[in-house]
Amino acid sequence: MSLLEITDLTVDFDTEDGLVQAVRGISLDLGEGEILALCGESGCGKSVTAMSVPRLLPPDTTRLSGSVKLDGRELTTLPESRMRQIRGKDVSVVFQEPMTSLNPSFTVGYQITEVLRRHEGLSRKAAGARAVELLELVGIPLPARRVKEYPHQLSGGMRQRVMIAIAVACSPRVLIADEPTTALDVTIQAGVLDVFRDLRDRLGTAVILITHDLGVVADIADRAVVMYAGRAVEQAPVAELFARPRHPYTLGLMNALPSAAVNGRLAEIPGMVPSPLTDPDECAFQARCGRAQPDCRLRRPTLEPQLLDAHLAACFHPGGQS
Amino acid sequence: MILEIDNLVKHYGQVRAVDGLSLSIGEGEVLGLVGESGSGKSTVGKCVLRLTEPTSGGIRLDGRDITHLSRRAMRPLRRDVHIVFQDPYSSLNPRFTIEQIVGEPLLHHGIASRRAAGGRVAAMLEQVGLRPEMRSRFPHELSGGQRQRVGLARALILAPKLVVADEPVSALDVSVQASVLNLITDLQREMGFSCLFITHDLSVVEFLADRIAVMYLGKIVESGPTAQIFAEPRHPYTQALLSAAPVADPVRQRERRRIVLGGDVPSPVDPPSGCRFHTRCPLAYDACRTSEPALTDPRTSGHPVACHLVTADHVPDAAATR
Repeated sequence: MSLLEITDLTVDFDTEDGLVQAVRGISLDLGEGEILALCGESGCGKSVTAMSVPRLLPPDTTRLSGSVKLDGRELTTLPESRMRQIRGKDVSVVFQEPMTSLNPSFTVGYQITEVLRRHEGLSRKAAGARAVELLELVGIPLPARRVKEYPHQLSGGMRQRVMIAIAVACSPRVLIADEPTTALDVTIQAGVLDVFRDLRDRLGTAVILITHDLGVVADIADRAVVMYAGRAVEQAPVAELFARPRHPYTLGLMNALPSAAVNGRLAEIPGMVPSPLTDPDECAFQARCGRAQPDCRLRRPTLEPQLLDAHLAACFHPGGQS
Repeated sequence: MILEIDNLVKHYGQVRAVDGLSLSIGEGEVLGLVGESGSGKSTVGKCVLRLTEPTSGGIRLDGRDITHLSRRAMRPLRRDVHIVFQDPYSSLNPRFTIEQIVGEPLLHHGIASRRAAGGRVAAMLEQVGLRPEMRSRFPHELSGGQRQRVGLARALILAPKLVVADEPVSALDVSVQASVLNLITDLQREMGFSCLFITHDLSVVEFLADRIAVMYLGKIVESGPTAQIFAEPRHPYTQALLSAAPVADPVRQRERRRIVLGGDVPSPVDPPSGCRFHTRCPLAYDACRTSEPALTDPRTSGHPVACHLVTADHVPDAAATR
């Protein structure tokens, strides 16, 4: 059994424009100590998929169906009071913007000890000592001094390390990181990615990494899921995905990178993403796809094993370089 | 030379954003100005456009000293230099139609009557790949990529000699980014403008720029032809920057020698003594802490570096210390 199993998840949002179908039936699993990347462009549903695990979606406007199981226990139907005990303890989240996720009026140490006292019932003193250890774990120099400082006294990279320290304070089984390095400079990003790798190696923390950056995926993930228009279009172990992308969208993303320029030109993906309000029974990518055939407009392809069983793609006409 | 900047200094109160910077851009040349947050790269762009008043130093545009021109004297020169901003959402007036936005510079400079402007706008929109019916739309009706095309059309409609582009593709998804980068390349070849392209993204300048200048804490640490900078970075900071940007290839990425920089970027309020990079440089020695290295070209190859360790027969290797 996997640590985390998401089955047939759909998430719709009530909006003024109508029902936005953000996630349209996704199934995925996460193993112990695995780093799984959820990647894709804006609006593909990667964040919504991940945030439905700790149930951090607005309750009034969200309609969710399907199943999310952690260690075999269904999370979608748990009462909110039980869910609160799981959030921050079994499943925790690191957001993109460390400045807006930390409270500016409390010291870094207080914000870490708060979690420890609430979930682990530690004494003030024990929690304080643990906070220093946690800052050291995430690579913050002079941790005993830093615990007494306020968020504004820290740099962006250090704040993100503090966020990670808070997130892993209770040794969660699953850590969800939503674009955790996107707001950081590249020389700082390398160090923060090392922290995730280190946590996985030392504590066995499983990580869902949400990112648009294929370089980050290549650097750190074990396995990746590529999403498009609310669905997974391809998933594979990372080495396999980059060596033999099968879905034309995955290939399009890789070829659109500036580093993939051929004769001074980049491969574009023509057209735009389809409307989030409708979901015709066809391949969502067919209108933009160079490999599309008439059957792509007649029904929707499902994920099928490719050259490896662990490599799935949802395409009637998958293939290598087009 | 279209643009010549000589020993430019811009201090905002205590903040030494740009602290003695010289560069030049030839006719039809694209210079990539690269740096991380707080390096001062955007301030350079603002000084060139005289959107902010330089503290000292000189800026010559097409041979004419514009450093201290009055607003009034500057006005006719604004035909020759235009800017494209990062955020296509906040840089277009939401109450104007696309036709009004793109045609505004023509009317402002009294170049065309309202009637004649229409034809010029239509031609410009076609050149940036926007359909004619876009003319009557408002910015909120457009996608991010379309808005950035409008920003380009507005910047180019007066056929300026110099375009300052400040992170023009950083807010875009990779597939949209690819088409905007291709467009900038095409327009630059067709129209022949010079370009100061400001970005944190090395892969973008590798694709686009003829030459690159790397900034750190208000100064240029290295500059040279793009291919040379990527093949043989000489300054330890440039080496670290290149090694930190992950490549979208898991096999290569995981085998690369990486230079992980310690510490944070120091504050531009109180930059370090000597070489500004010495607090994070893995190769720093005594002289680096006390004497500031000049930007010189000991190997006389059009590739100047500001580092004590670079001599006619030696290039440092920051990765070798690990």
